[in-house]
Amino acid sequence: MLLSFASLAVGLFLLLAALLITLIQLPDKILILGLIVTVPVLLLMVAYLTYAERKIIGYIQIRIGPNRVGPRGGLQPIADAIKLMFKEIILPRTSNRFLFISAPILAMAPALAAWAVVPFAKDWVFSDINAGLLYILAMTSIGVYGVIIAGWASNSKYAFLGALRSAAQIVAYEIAMGFALVGVLMASGSLNLSAIVEAQAGKFGFFSWFWLPLFPLFVIYFISGVAETNRAPFDVAEGESEIVAGFHVEYSGMLFAVFFLAEYLNMILISALTAIMFMGGWLSPFVGTPIEVWFSWVPGVVWFFGKTAFFLFLLLWFRATFPRYRYDQIMRLGWKVFIPITIVWLLVVGVFILAELPPWFSIEGGI
Amino acid sequence: MNIPMSDLYVLLPEIFVLTMACIILIVAVYIPKQLMELNYHLAQVTVIGAAILTLTNLTESSSIVMNNMFIHDPMSILLKAFIYLITFTVFLYSRQYLRARDLYKGEYFVLSLTALLGMQIMVSAAHFLSLYLGLELLSLSLYAMVAMWRDSKQASEAAMKYFVLGALASGMLLYGMSMFYGITGTLELQKISEVIATGKIENTLLAFSLVFIMVGVAFKLGAVPFHMWVPDVYQGAPTAMTLFISAAPKLAAFAMLMRLLVDGLQGLHTDWQGMLMIMAILSMGLGNIVAIAQTNIKRMLAYSTISHIGFLLLGVLTATKEGYSASMFYTIVYALMSMGSFGMILLLSRAGFEAENIDDFKGLNERSPWYAFIMMILMLSMAGVPPMLGFWAKWSVLNQVVASGFVWLAVVAVLFSVIGAFFYLRIIRLMYVDKPEDLTKIVVAADMRIAISINGLGILALGLFPQILFQLCMNVF
Amino acid sequence: MITLVFYCLSAILVFAAARVITVRNPVQAALFLVLAFFTSAGIWLLLEAEFLAIALVLVYVGAVMVLFLFVVMMLDINTDSVREGFARYFPVGGLVGVLILMEMILVLSSTFFNKKAENISLDVPLVDNTTALGRVLYVDYLYAFEIAAVILLVAMVAAITLTLRNRKESKRQYPEQQVKVTRAERIKLVDMTSDGN
Repeated sequence: MLLSFASLAVGLFLLLAALLITLIQLPDKILILGLIVTVPVLLLMVAYLTYAERKIIGYIQIRIGPNRVGPRGGLQPIADAIKLMFKEIILPRTSNRFLFISAPILAMAPALAAWAVVPFAKDWVFSDINAGLLYILAMTSIGVYGVIIAGWASNSKYAFLGALRSAAQIVAYEIAMGFALVGVLMASGSLNLSAIVEAQAGKFGFFSWFWLPLFPLFVIYFISGVAETNRAPFDVAEGESEIVAGFHVEYSGMLFAVFFLAEYLNMILISALTAIMFMGGWLSPFVGTPIEVWFSWVPGVVWFFGKTAFFLFLLLWFRATFPRYRYDQIMRLGWKVFIPITIVWLLVVGVFILAELPPWFSIEGGI
Repeated sequence: MNIPMSDLYVLLPEIFVLTMACIILIVAVYIPKQLMELNYHLAQVTVIGAAILTLTNLTESSSIVMNNMFIHDPMSILLKAFIYLITFTVFLYSRQYLRARDLYKGEYFVLSLTALLGMQIMVSAAHFLSLYLGLELLSLSLYAMVAMWRDSKQASEAAMKYFVLGALASGMLLYGMSMFYGITGTLELQKISEVIATGKIENTLLAFSLVFIMVGVAFKLGAVPFHMWVPDVYQGAPTAMTLFISAAPKLAAFAMLMRLLVDGLQGLHTDWQGMLMIMAILSMGLGNIVAIAQTNIKRMLAYSTISHIGFLLLGVLTATKEGYSASMFYTIVYALMSMGSFGMILLLSRAGFEAENIDDFKGLNERSPWYAFIMMILMLSMAGVPPMLGFWAKWSVLNQVVASGFVWLAVVAVLFSVIGAFFYLRIIRLMYVDKPEDLTKIVVAADMRIAISINGLGILALGLFPQILFQLCMNVF
Repeated sequence: MITLVFYCLSAILVFAAARVITVRNPVQAALFLVLAFFTSAGIWLLLEAEFLAIALVLVYVGAVMVLFLFVVMMLDINTDSVREGFARYFPVGGLVGVLILMEMILVLSSTFFNKKAENISLDVPLVDNTTALGRVLYVDYLYAFEIAAVILLVAMVAAITLTLRNRKESKRQYPEQQVKVTRAERIKLVDMTSDGN
């Protein structure tokens, strides 16, 4: 119990440290306030994402899902959280104690820290750094340490297998993801996430966004995101039917919950990033169309969260629909299909840019 | 973009080689086994094409392009021309040997061509960065080529030694370069020499940095006391790879020496003269004496390489233009002779049999008088017997050494050469006096037979008219 | 504030770097190396080199060290055998090291350290980090950059050449052949007289 809170505290401290380092140049009162608001909101989002998952998958499978705690089961996540907090944390005797406890924190910290550069709406961003895209890539790539260390520190075969699988998988898909983002970078001419969103504003609303010219990259980015977060159908790292939950098999109580939080935070992050990179972030889909004025009262943040929610729904839908990939199939898809396609499409984007293909790449609209 | 098209025009041979290497890489993956010959032909076309591109862009003056990283001058053209010639011949010689050992793969040609590219870059380097990167490109390709024959434990061991020591040498070289960067504030060789010429910089510091550069270069050249890798790599590597390593890269290494010491650090010649002198004497001494005790011909030729490197350094250490051209002449001649000698070893090898021991040359005269004759020419030339080309090479270097006032050094060099002549002559005795033990018929493809004959006779013919080649070397400085 | 952060990061960096070589377990050593990279990225951030800092985290922490850890974990390295020769070689190695150190001190102490640090010109360009780096890489040092790319290509070709081999004993599935299988290939019907009659 004590340990669990201690670990959570350390995790939050790490997150704060990471944020402080990134933001050291712009000390701002609003920032601290924003942090205090954002982190609980994110955690609440995670809680209700688990609820949504159970409900949605329930309905897809013609069940009802949780419906006992609170109205329509709405308090279920709170009950789950309380239950997890009061469970005993079991430390395997042969595990490496320090690493065993720090692994969930290492999984959680980058998942939270990545939010530092995500623009929720125009000027609603903690740190508007120039290399935002790179920062996102860096943070998502660090997340794998939590998994590897958990697998190794547990000193258990299943955990170790899961860790190796997930490490190989994450490294493989990170490359495709990186290349997909290079396409975005070429199209927008900037590494700054706000500038990327601004670059998608055009006369044709929905069709000015990058999803259309970068369609293959868009699809690959999202699928790679699914693989990065180890979600179904790419969840061999957990593979409950073969390696009984993989890297976190030895974890219990709050430590397990932290892993859980990290996974769902990453899901939200990937969905939000897909919305930002390819779906115009906070932009209204009706910009430039006759009905634009009807929706001008809607704040950008609503559009942003709406798009994020749509991608989150897709994630849940995938999980309910597709059977799990075999491990070698995952590797083949990542290395032999996605990476070549992204590279080829980068060339195509290069041609688009040279040809100043309207409306995305024409000089006044695009770059 | 502020890189003009005319810069790229100068770079055409390099661009061509790189493009073709990539094409071969892809072709090799997709063509069926029956068409494997295509790789070879493509590689040869690449070498010929690069030679044409280089030779159509002759120049009398030197021009520096690509943001002062690439120099295009007569020396680079001449060295590149010989590098092409040697690479072409090496491919030709290696064909049969590689085919018999399942090494006749696209990768061999790709790595050889990238090594060629590395040599081109080194030869034309006007900047510490391009020099170092060219060297790494060459070395990396060579490490891989040595290790390519994975059924041979010896080859893997040799590759490992080569790699570790090579990496160490690169580290030394880089350290020296970084020191010079710290002192002079630039990486461009020309600017460095200008800064040194101002005389404002303390000599101790410069000499200290120079030591690291010299250690790195000596490692790459294989000069004593940094020669440890040479015999092991020469012996352990598949003979075709040894052939490759022993010939063209020596020209590139010579170019590196010239670029560093002459283009960049000419102002420090009093410092490097002494260092070169020690290395030259030690190399000639150790190389010639230890070679006598060898029974493996590849190892023996490795020690002979070390002694030749010592001779080559003699010309450079005179720090005169004539000395440089004599040294260059020596390097080219050495590369041609070495190519021929290893070519002969390849010729005697066959599937499942490595002609590695000196005894394998026993009674070659009875088995094939013509090949014995060619080998005799090569060995006499290596030993420096007139009127072979090797004699003129030694003579021109010694001439310059004496002209610069180091008479005692010339005497030492001649002494060691006489010692060295012993083991070359031993091979000739084995070929002509002893009875053959191995009576297997020597089967050689026509193209290789012609090429090696030209190689041997060329050394004899050029020895009769040494002025042709020598004049070429004189003209570039 | 920034000085304080700098000293904190430096302390962690020095500690982590020291642990990399002193810790017994190779996995822990690799993890300390990760920590060292991370803190040095932090120090770069303090120097306002945010692009480099993030690239360091992305490339070294996010990619290189992950693969490294992966390998270290898979290979069960026995550290004892590596240490065996240590005591035997230490006197010679130590002697050489001390000698080199002495020589360097002798050569450099008189001249190098007595010099005052020259003023480094701080003419910071008006463009941001990313643009400045891009300009250096793709305009000023384009040639070197391209050669470096070729070196990486060669490294890749070499690595694949040296490791890819079709072993006879390795087993693999050929799904396309499995799909094409017909009944005749797998099942043989044999006529037999039943026992007991």
